[in-house]
Amino acid sequence: MSDKPKIVAGLALFVALVAFPVWYGLGGEGEVAAPELEYPADADACVEATAYMTANHMDLLNRWRNAVVREGQREYQASSGERYVMSLTGTCLDCHTSRDEFCTKCHDYADVSPKCWDCHIAPEGN
Amino acid sequence: MDESRRSFLKETGWAALGLGCGFPLLNTACSSSSAQGETPSQTGAQRQWAMVVDIQKCMDEEVRNACIAACHRAHNVPHIPDPEDDVKWIWSEEYQDVFPDQAHEHTALAIRHAPILILCNHCTNPPCVRVCPTQATWKRDEDGIVMMDMHRCIGCRYCIAACPYGSRSFNWRDPRDFIERDADGEYYSDFPTRTKGVVEKCNFCAERLREGLQPACVEAVNQVDGGAGALVFGDLGEPGSEVSRILADRFTICRRVELGTGPNVYYIV
Repeated sequence: MSDKPKIVAGLALFVALVAFPVWYGLGGEGEVAAPELEYPADADACVEATAYMTANHMDLLNRWRNAVVREGQREYQASSGERYVMSLTGTCLDCHTSRDEFCTKCHDYADVSPKCWDCHIAPEGN
Repeated sequence: MDESRRSFLKETGWAALGLGCGFPLLNTACSSSSAQGETPSQTGAQRQWAMVVDIQKCMDEEVRNACIAACHRAHNVPHIPDPEDDVKWIWSEEYQDVFPDQAHEHTALAIRHAPILILCNHCTNPPCVRVCPTQATWKRDEDGIVMMDMHRCIGCRYCIAACPYGSRSFNWRDPRDFIERDADGEYYSDFPTRTKGVVEKCNFCAERLREGLQPACVEAVNQVDGGAGALVFGDLGEPGSEVSRILADRFTICRRVELGTGPNVYYIV
């Protein structure tokens, strides 16, 4: 009987620890604002529509990679009919001049860490 | 009951015999068709890039250093002081180690220790390609270059074990700390560096060939005094090319031909 306070205290501590993810989120700063991306000033369209690029750029880049490395194709015909050289550092970063302001900002927000820049060299100014 | 059981066993026996005879036939049919697909370059019509190294001209240290430096700058090849970890694309080794089957007990000491330039042989029948579990390395049908796809390499190093020429290097550490940079701290080339945990080797300057240029090492030796023609690069599938002409006229050797890998780097003795 004399152990009652100890048991209650132990239980309370246990519940508090288990519920950590819940109350930690409540006490936080609330919603984190989506990152504001810097869009290139001197280009009015990406290789595909912006909504498509936002959702599928990783898939497009994978297809570009396979086409260039495995099949030796360099040219991409966009759905608009426009032709582009398939190159991450040459074509993408030609407009999106800052890797840190464009790629990294959003990837940090989404908590993904693609390995592109482990090998590819961002052009000067990044 | 007995009758049907007897006939069932008979039929099973015939079926097993039929399958037993059929499978080897099927197998030979499949393997012969894939063998034909694998060796189009032997017909001679296919493009196969090749290099001829003039051993005498490459005795000049300046010539060797020029081509090594050009290659390393063009491909951001790191120079790691610890030889166990170093990454090699084109380098020199002693004659007795490059041609162990040529050096004999009476080979003059000077020749035995003479430096010979070596690089990936871009074999006609590359053992590294056979063992790669992810097809990260493969032989390009259109020009015979043994390519590496760093995106696919899982660093298992089977290819290093399979290559009889030691042409492949593993990145034991992050190469970026050991790559030569200019005064502003920028890389000399925008060629992607590699990362820790992948295997790399000479790619015959596939990225330069695509633009109609000669490999960086060949271009570099031609600019050195007395180095012109030390390295000659061209298409073996074309009878009129300079490499084909040299191989027809001169006495040339290859490394470890007895292994049947079909090396495409030739040496003028």
